[in-house]
Amino acid sequence: MTVLDKDTGTKTPGPDIAPASSAAAAAKRRLSSPWASFAAIVIAVLWTIPTFGLLLSSFRPESDVKRTGWWTIFSSPTFTLENYGEVLFGGSANLSSYFVNSLIITIPSVLIPIVLATLAAYSFAWMKFPFRDTLFVAVFALQIVPLQVTLIPLLELYVGGGLNGTFWTVWISHSIFALPLAIYLLHNSMREIPAELVEAARVDGAGHVRIFTRIMLPLMKPAIAAFSVFQFLWVWNDLLVALTFSGGTQDVAPLTVRVAELSGTRGTDWHLLAAGAFVSIVVPLTVFLFGQRYFVRGLLAGSVKG
Amino acid sequence: MTLFEKFGQLLVAVAIFAAVMGVVLFVADRARGRRADLWQSIAFVAPAILLLLVGLIYPALRTAYQSFFDATSVGFVGVENYMKIFTQPELLLVLRNTFVWVILTPIVATAIGLIYAVLVDGSRVEAFAKSLVFLPMAISFVGASIIWKFIYEYRPDQQGIQQIGLANQFLVWLGIEPVQFLLLTPWNTLFLIIVMIWIQAGFAMTILSAAIKAIPDDITEAANLDGVGGLRMFWYITLPSIRPALIVVVTTISIGVLKVFDIVRTMTGGQYQTSVVANEFYTQSFRLFDFGTGAALAMVLFVLVVPIVIYNVRQMRKVDAR
Amino acid sequence: MSAVTLRRPSRTTTLLSATLGLSLVLAGCGGSDAGQQAAKGPECEAYTQYGDLSGKRITLYTSIVSPEDQSHIDSYKAFENCTGAQVVYEGSKEFETQLVVRIRSGAPPDVAYIPQPGLLGTLVRDTDAVKPAPQQVAANVDQYFSETYKSAGSVDGTLYAAPLGANVKSFVWYSPQKFTEKGYTVPTTWDEMVALSDKIVAEGGKPWCAGIGSGEATGWPLTDFLEDAMLRENGPEVYDQWVNHEIPFNAPQVSAALDRVGSVLKNPAYVNGGLGEVSSIATTTFQDGGLPILDGNCFMHRQANFYAANWPEGTDVSENGAAYAFELPPIDPAAPKTILVGGEFVAAFSDRPEVQAFQAYLSSAEWANEKAKFTPEGGWISANTGLDEANLVSPIDKLSVEVLQDEANTFRFDGSDLMPAAVGSASFWTGMTDWITGKSTEESLTFIEQSWPK
Repeated sequence: MTVLDKDTGTKTPGPDIAPASSAAAAAKRRLSSPWASFAAIVIAVLWTIPTFGLLLSSFRPESDVKRTGWWTIFSSPTFTLENYGEVLFGGSANLSSYFVNSLIITIPSVLIPIVLATLAAYSFAWMKFPFRDTLFVAVFALQIVPLQVTLIPLLELYVGGGLNGTFWTVWISHSIFALPLAIYLLHNSMREIPAELVEAARVDGAGHVRIFTRIMLPLMKPAIAAFSVFQFLWVWNDLLVALTFSGGTQDVAPLTVRVAELSGTRGTDWHLLAAGAFVSIVVPLTVFLFGQRYFVRGLLAGSVKG
Repeated sequence: MTLFEKFGQLLVAVAIFAAVMGVVLFVADRARGRRADLWQSIAFVAPAILLLLVGLIYPALRTAYQSFFDATSVGFVGVENYMKIFTQPELLLVLRNTFVWVILTPIVATAIGLIYAVLVDGSRVEAFAKSLVFLPMAISFVGASIIWKFIYEYRPDQQGIQQIGLANQFLVWLGIEPVQFLLLTPWNTLFLIIVMIWIQAGFAMTILSAAIKAIPDDITEAANLDGVGGLRMFWYITLPSIRPALIVVVTTISIGVLKVFDIVRTMTGGQYQTSVVANEFYTQSFRLFDFGTGAALAMVLFVLVVPIVIYNVRQMRKVDAR
Repeated sequence: MSAVTLRRPSRTTTLLSATLGLSLVLAGCGGSDAGQQAAKGPECEAYTQYGDLSGKRITLYTSIVSPEDQSHIDSYKAFENCTGAQVVYEGSKEFETQLVVRIRSGAPPDVAYIPQPGLLGTLVRDTDAVKPAPQQVAANVDQYFSETYKSAGSVDGTLYAAPLGANVKSFVWYSPQKFTEKGYTVPTTWDEMVALSDKIVAEGGKPWCAGIGSGEATGWPLTDFLEDAMLRENGPEVYDQWVNHEIPFNAPQVSAALDRVGSVLKNPAYVNGGLGEVSSIATTTFQDGGLPILDGNCFMHRQANFYAANWPEGTDVSENGAAYAFELPPIDPAAPKTILVGGEFVAAFSDRPEVQAFQAYLSSAEWANEKAKFTPEGGWISANTGLDEANLVSPIDKLSVEVLQDEANTFRFDGSDLMPAAVGSASFWTGMTDWITGKSTEESLTFIEQSWPK
């Protein structure tokens, strides 16, 4: 295949992209035997086919989905929008309200932890205070605390505080759960920024708040954006937190709660599950496509180079 | 709640948060005197630490406490719950499965993500090619499990009955009897792991691809002049340069895998000997009401993460020493 | 106006109800808005006993999700309209675990539908969050329900939860049409059933199909089968001893019963029609387990009355239709007929007056008939003897209620639902799953016996 050959990467999908001819590109030039391209295509196909099959299934009539594989659609094409109709308009509840809830849950649940984690990551990377490293290791290790362990203690606190069944519980919970990983990842990229930059600013008499807002934030933009996209995907796709803290009612519950119930008491309604999965995939996919350019610089690098 | 009220709440929440953080930073910026640095540090770290104290540390400590008590957290039982985990055959199986998960998934997912990142780097269709592998990341764990359950779906090899799962259709095309993938102990754990790899390879690829692009040009150019290229470039230049990123990726995936829950729950419900620690915790605590054993299982997770933490700390020390 | 007249509207009743409806709207009883004044129309007569509950909210948590939830929500309408209370319904597939989380966090719902008595027992003993059934509920239960159901809703002699829905588990689904086609007759004894199976095998068919896949609950259909076999093999007394763990789980009587199940389900010649070999029973979902009956790939499928919901839309489920059920026949034709039953129960976590009123309503004959009325496709029954059979539409529902109300039958409640959670919703399931995938009877039963909490 020629698509993956040659072109040493003058493509710059994002604003802060590194100049071309990277090490990988150079390595690839030698690797670009037909075998390398073949391997890339195999991986791409393997990774796409499962979703593709589900997409096709979501447009097939129920009886077909249950009797024949989706690949038979090429020999005997029958399409229907019925599955989507049932997913979107079936049942008593209006799907749009769940959709709104998902948005309302997701926005602060991305914003709050990102701000807090960036601040914390900055102080762990560039400030000096007692027990700094110990504290950082502790925060890092907290990643392991499984969500399920926190359900009862947190809900108890929310009930005590009268927050139960509001958006606040979901926002706060998501923020807490995101912090350890966010701090860990942002700390890593924060440290990639040359120390001279910070030290020079210190010498000029700038305080930490100023360094943070004037130097760090702009440099960290790609990393923050990249993490925001990840956090968005995780929150949008979450079921357990929403289920426990939102109380499942139409007032607060997000799309995932609704989609999870779509298959009804019967677990094998592939046609509904397929359509439901694609309804909930639309937003994260859009976010990813728009946020993709930030990944080019990625999570772990400041934008000093570009 | 009306739409208006909901967005109202959203705005209020964001406004409150912005105001609080604004005040904190403003005050921190004004801090003067000998202790100014300390106060500033506190202003930066404290909000996050406070939330973590309440939301993660307190529950973790409570879990640790519960792990020494009986099912209803009333009577003290010492290490009995731990003994149970390490002696009962079913729970030992759970530990074994968790080990297989945490060893295989990070390695394979990272390797595939890295190879793919290198292969498509600089290609004309790079952005598109990367989205294909990233796509599973945009799907929830539950959604991904549904997709794969569909792939593993089994129909017997009989007249008039067609396979609806792709995996078995392949076997049939190859002339092999269809297999009940999810029932095939011990291989079924591997089939579940594939789902996690499918999801996490996109994460690995994204981060590693960015790291590869960040390798300074002078290094590559120098190597090029020395006649280094191809595989050797990959081994001696690319890999060492992206080492920190590799560590981050492997660490993040490992911890994610230790906590894996939705995949097992959706695909097998922990049956057919596929349960893992996180799933077993949920089952023991919330379905069997044995909060003691559940808590002890969670503690096992905490212990399992220790080597990962130690490794990371040592790496950080190395970087600091540089 | 009774529920019955509403169902078959003649011209006069339509006119009547229209007029009534109008007057009720005028009286403020017709709207769905809960905040308004409770009405005193004639339709509300049965509800005056609950008093005026205007503006009161009752939260209800269940495992029943869309689309089955709609008929439940509708069945509270009369109560809401006449008392002014508002019932906030929430259904979730994660009900069982989430209920525990909520109770433990101090935020339980007012009322929950508990799918197994075993869970009820655990909740009562472990959390003391469950309130004992109020006077009115106890009176209703005594009036309308059998002792089997009453004791299943009681813990240590105290009634906590009134029965809600019911199911009849001792059914074998078959296709009357295919049976007629092939000249088979419905067996009335176990031996006849085996003879029929052999006949089908001799004609080149597979007599049985089964599926026990059900996510984390995989294995439960087999626990029902074993319980049915226990009842038939050893009689109700031994069954009770087994359920109460007065004889070990792996006692010889239990082995005999399980081997009897095995003589059907582990017989490669008998199963698994249209689905695969014996082990395919483990991965086939219980919902799909009986479907091959329609294509003639198999002929018999043992599953409860609620399996009716799984036939594809448009299937004729009736005595001469494409699918119907017969009672799992007895081994000893002389012994009294034993029927395995199940059901869900209404537990309350609050003793506010409106909550108790709602509990009382749910245990009344009014509610049972109201619910039946709002389930026009059928698929729902209650063990409430006040349930008017005329309100049921589907033949299988009528059959189930006949079985339930037949005084000649001996009833036993689903044993796995009564056992401790560590057995009834864990090791019993896995044990049965392992058994069907190859473990021996002894090994499987011993494994379950060892998991019984000390």
